[in-house]
Amino acid sequence: MASLSCFLRSGRTAVALVVRREFHRTAPVSVQVTVRDALNQAMDEELERDDRVFLLGEEVAQYDGAYKVSRGLWKKYGDKRIIDTPITEMGFAGIAVGSAMAGLRPICEFMTWNFSMQAIDQVINSAAKTYYMSAGRQNVPIVFRGPNGASAGVAAQHSQCFAAWYAHCPGLKVVSPWNAEDARGLLKAAIRDDNPVIFLENELMYGVPFEMSEESQSKDFTIPIGKAKVERQGSHITLVSHSRMVGHCLDAAAVLAKEGIECEVVNLRSIRPLDVETIETSVMKTNHLVTVEGGWPQFGVGAEICARIMEGPAFNYLDAPATRVTGVDIPMPYAKLLEDNSTPQIKDIIFSIKKTLNI
Amino acid sequence: MKTMLALISNVLCRITGKNAAAQTVSELLIDLSEYVSLTSPVTPAMATTQRQPPKPPPVSTSAPQLVSVQADPLASPGAKVVISSRSFTSQATFDIKKCELHHLEEGPPDKAEMTREQGLQYYHSMQTMRRMELKADQLYKQKIIRGFCHLYDGQEACAMGIEGAINPTDHLITAYRAHAYTYTRGVSVKQILAELTGRKGGIAKGKGGSMHMYAPNFYGGNGIVGAQVPLGAGIALACQYQGNNQVCVTLYGDGAANQGQIFEAFNMAALWKLPCIFVCENNKYGMGTSVERASASTDYYKRGDYVPGIRVDGMDVLCVREATKFAADHCRAGKGPILMELQTYRYHGHSMSDPGVSYRTREEIQEVRSKSDPISMLKERMLSNNMASPEEFKEIDVEIRKHIDEAALFATSDPEPPLGELCNHIFANDVPIDVRGVNPWTILKSSS
Repeated sequence: MASLSCFLRSGRTAVALVVRREFHRTAPVSVQVTVRDALNQAMDEELERDDRVFLLGEEVAQYDGAYKVSRGLWKKYGDKRIIDTPITEMGFAGIAVGSAMAGLRPICEFMTWNFSMQAIDQVINSAAKTYYMSAGRQNVPIVFRGPNGASAGVAAQHSQCFAAWYAHCPGLKVVSPWNAEDARGLLKAAIRDDNPVIFLENELMYGVPFEMSEESQSKDFTIPIGKAKVERQGSHITLVSHSRMVGHCLDAAAVLAKEGIECEVVNLRSIRPLDVETIETSVMKTNHLVTVEGGWPQFGVGAEICARIMEGPAFNYLDAPATRVTGVDIPMPYAKLLEDNSTPQIKDIIFSIKKTLNI
Repeated sequence: MKTMLALISNVLCRITGKNAAAQTVSELLIDLSEYVSLTSPVTPAMATTQRQPPKPPPVSTSAPQLVSVQADPLASPGAKVVISSRSFTSQATFDIKKCELHHLEEGPPDKAEMTREQGLQYYHSMQTMRRMELKADQLYKQKIIRGFCHLYDGQEACAMGIEGAINPTDHLITAYRAHAYTYTRGVSVKQILAELTGRKGGIAKGKGGSMHMYAPNFYGGNGIVGAQVPLGAGIALACQYQGNNQVCVTLYGDGAANQGQIFEAFNMAALWKLPCIFVCENNKYGMGTSVERASASTDYYKRGDYVPGIRVDGMDVLCVREATKFAADHCRAGKGPILMELQTYRYHGHSMSDPGVSYRTREEIQEVRSKSDPISMLKERMLSNNMASPEEFKEIDVEIRKHIDEAALFATSDPEPPLGELCNHIFANDVPIDVRGVNPWTILKSSS
């Protein structure tokens, strides 16, 4: 008797499952995708779409990528399109730029952006400036990508944020995605862009899953470079951030919401061009501004935002000076206690918000 | 006219052993062609890598006319033929210096063939480069050209020899001593000088200057010493990737030869067998530092280690041409990169701010000028082989002088680029963007 009811129950579940699947076809499908997988899928689709696109860098092929971002691509596309390079950044970055000048569309991976300093001359002098110097005769359709900024326990030489360095230079576009949708849309846009794009990823975000809308899963989904996104509406204060710190801002906003403080969180998405208009519109609404970044304070992203706000219409709407929340102005230490206190934590953001609001 | 006809016919009768003298012009021409067939060597089929350099303008009609020699394989069948008081050798074979080899069983040949037409074309191009550089010198001293100006006079055989051996569809990239290569790659003297003087008629609209001139399949003009070498390897990668059988000639100097990124480029080029011809133009001085003071090994053709190398006489346009042909064939056969060291010399200092005599003697410069000048050597070869007349060379010189003067006039009278150009060409194929000016109230426009 028990076995019969069991049988019936399992049969009923099976039927229910089938029935449920039928219903699923009409409802919108959103899935959980990690930032890593979003990047991987974006590259896969762009490699398939355009024969001229190829990926080169250290360990990108047979190792599946130092951080597994290019997993499976070499198996699918082979040696011609996914190229393992020797440990010679200046050389292979130059080769990538040269190949872009001659008609290809390379994705040049730096294992981390710290190593780009070996090759920075090729990025700036060969890639960024060439279209201008040639008065439009020679463009350089290249994407440089890799993890940027602090990681966990990798110490000073492996933890620097290069957003301000590259965003300083005309001729480059600089993007810094936060979530999986950002990663996918911005990488596709970057690969399709006919100019050099600096694509700043974040190692700690690679494994974080995010819900992705159906629209964002389309093969032609791109996010315009130079447009920020308001991740959370608010009326009391504007928080402007990029990359991993966007998540910290949202967490701080959630905590403060319980105290009745509504934060508007702006996800820059692009550092250069900077979407000043979105920031201005928000500040003109909330009258308060806090910028949050992981990089060093001096001459940084926050400094630029403050300067621009001062130069524009939003200045007259500020009820208090803008505040910058940044990494501590030191090389990154190793010991966990010290490292944890070297970049903004949620409590630091909350503290700065309250100070700015004079609460 | 009749006396002339009789005169020539008699001479030819004696030479060719004919009994009857020619009565008509056409008979005379037939006799002439017989004479030439007797004296010319057999002409081989043209190699497919041979590129015809830009044709010189026609010689003026006032001077004694040229005879279009029937045996010349390059002459079109319907070529106009005019009487002359002389006939010229249509083609000759010249001994060239044997190249020292590194990791190569065989090298370029030690003989080179040159037709009269080729010779005149090489002469014309090299003399144009020479006079163009000297004009730039003049304009710089008049302060009409500013900033950097690195002159190439003395090294013409390198640029001409290379261009004579590759196709227009091949690629070339060099460093900052680039004016001559800009010319051989197809840009007019007018546009080069106007770029030097910073005018809107310049090849980069005046926005690049001496070191940043670009043309199809010519990637500059690069200001950072050595940076162009990985770029060149990358262009070669694109050739291989696209399977188009093209090569990239990637030049650098003896000073750049010690740059680490060059060895990085060698490594990847060899590893991936990129069709890249690395060329070290060794003019014996990196700015003010002689090669002995800069390099532990001055055998630049060996510095590629596992990359095969050739050491070439860079003052002999034929030697450079044969070596480049050899190198291009090597690359196109899929054998990977190859390195050519061209031993050459620059008459000017490193740049216009360097007199060029503090680190070398005037005697040394004078000795090279008198014994190894590439243009003189070519001219003497042609004269001593009866391939052209001194008058012809003089005419070419006059015509070039006129051409350069006209170009200089344009370069000095053309207006500078308008201020509206200031912010253009930041991004390609993009919507117009705003660019911050010198103060917050100055918002400038930038279009692609």
